[in-house]
Amino acid sequence: MWSFFHRLASPKHFYAFAGRLIPWLGWITLLLMLAGLYTGLFVAPTDYQQGESYRIIFVHVPAAWMSMFVYMVMAISGGIGLVWKMKMADIVAASAAPIGAAFTFLALVTGSLWGKPMWGTWWIWDARLTSELILLFLYLGFIALGSAIEDKRTAANACAVLALVGLVNIPIIHYSVEWWNTLHQGSTVTRFDRPAMATSMLIPLLIMFLAYKIYFFLVLFMRTRAEILDRERNTGWVKQLVTEAS
Amino acid sequence: MSEFLHMGGYAFYVWTSYGLALAILLWQLLAPLRQHRQLLARLRRKYRQSSQAGNKS
Amino acid sequence: MRLLPKHPQRRKRLALISLLITGIAAAVALASVALKENINLFFSPSQILSGEAPKNHSFRLGGMVEEGSVKRNKNNLEVYFEVTDTVKKVPVIYTGILPDLFREGQGIVAQGKVREDGVFIASEVLAKHDENYMPPEAAQAIKDAQASNAPATTPIKEN
Repeated sequence: MWSFFHRLASPKHFYAFAGRLIPWLGWITLLLMLAGLYTGLFVAPTDYQQGESYRIIFVHVPAAWMSMFVYMVMAISGGIGLVWKMKMADIVAASAAPIGAAFTFLALVTGSLWGKPMWGTWWIWDARLTSELILLFLYLGFIALGSAIEDKRTAANACAVLALVGLVNIPIIHYSVEWWNTLHQGSTVTRFDRPAMATSMLIPLLIMFLAYKIYFFLVLFMRTRAEILDRERNTGWVKQLVTEAS
Repeated sequence: MSEFLHMGGYAFYVWTSYGLALAILLWQLLAPLRQHRQLLARLRRKYRQSSQAGNKS
Repeated sequence: MRLLPKHPQRRKRLALISLLITGIAAAVALASVALKENINLFFSPSQILSGEAPKNHSFRLGGMVEEGSVKRNKNNLEVYFEVTDTVKKVPVIYTGILPDLFREGQGIVAQGKVREDGVFIASEVLAKHDENYMPPEAAQAIKDAQASNAPATTPIKEN
């Protein structure tokens, strides 16, 4: 087990391992997405208050959850890279950032599209929406900082510090609806008692969440593979791999 | 069917959300694929050039 | 401890990072406690009546629309209703189009000023929705169950 992780820390082994996993992740993502869309759009009943508009939840809430999860993956692997000087950890952190930014953007825009008909406004500066917007800026800052610094090691260190500082925003996003009064409603699924949602609506939501999660690892592995090739371009194994493939 | 597309009057909001979600997810999926393919082609060219240069000298 | 790095330099870096994160978390926690009033989106009717809300400029009021309090003017879009936090009530007048979710018993957030007679003149009304999702039949079933229980006991306040 331990040696398996040690081998994964080598870019060459990670490249091969991710390459074997990608087709599986791709098929699972496709199946889960289709199941989630089908149950979300056709099986789940109408909501008693919000009518059909609540169906935006199936693309909005998983995106918001993933925006926080990806950030934690990014910050933790950035931190590992900072402490242990592990090249693979830097690559994972750098590859996760654009995916996280995409999820955050998606959560903000679909939330806006839900807010307009239900709340009556596209945007409001309440604690939940503002902290999620800050998350988007943290991602964009991470990406900009990484591309502004020429040396990969220095860039990874600077980015990791930024990501770790921004980590404090994650509990703020999650608990904003409890700590302060906001227009955004409280948590539905992660309440201490039962989720305040009919099972027929909860199932598509959880399927979509799983689909987004597998999708994240799929895209993460695709990005890390490209990043590995780029960074290891002067090594023997990449040269061998590229010339043998042609 | 048209009732389904109508989404109880919220068609614009619901379908824009779903369309945008699919577009962003698809774009995120295709971007690294293209990047990987371009990188492989570039490296292949690079190695070929350097091996030719090595043969000449 | 197996997870802690053995290398002294790595240990130092890990300690520095932990210190950095705790320091920032503490600073942010202190700042947000100090700024609580500014981060809160709205004032409740109780806060307004106890004079905590700003007197002369616009602010947001939040609470539930009191059951049976909504009166619409037949000639224009003027609406009168009362906002409650189950303890105190504030009367509100608003002219304009209300969001789809606006109804009695639902939460709202309104932007506006308090007139001299204590009526809140709203320039914008937003609907707040709760975290419950269910099909209409389930909602009806809950209502029926409550209605059949209600005469025997005191009405249960949903919160």
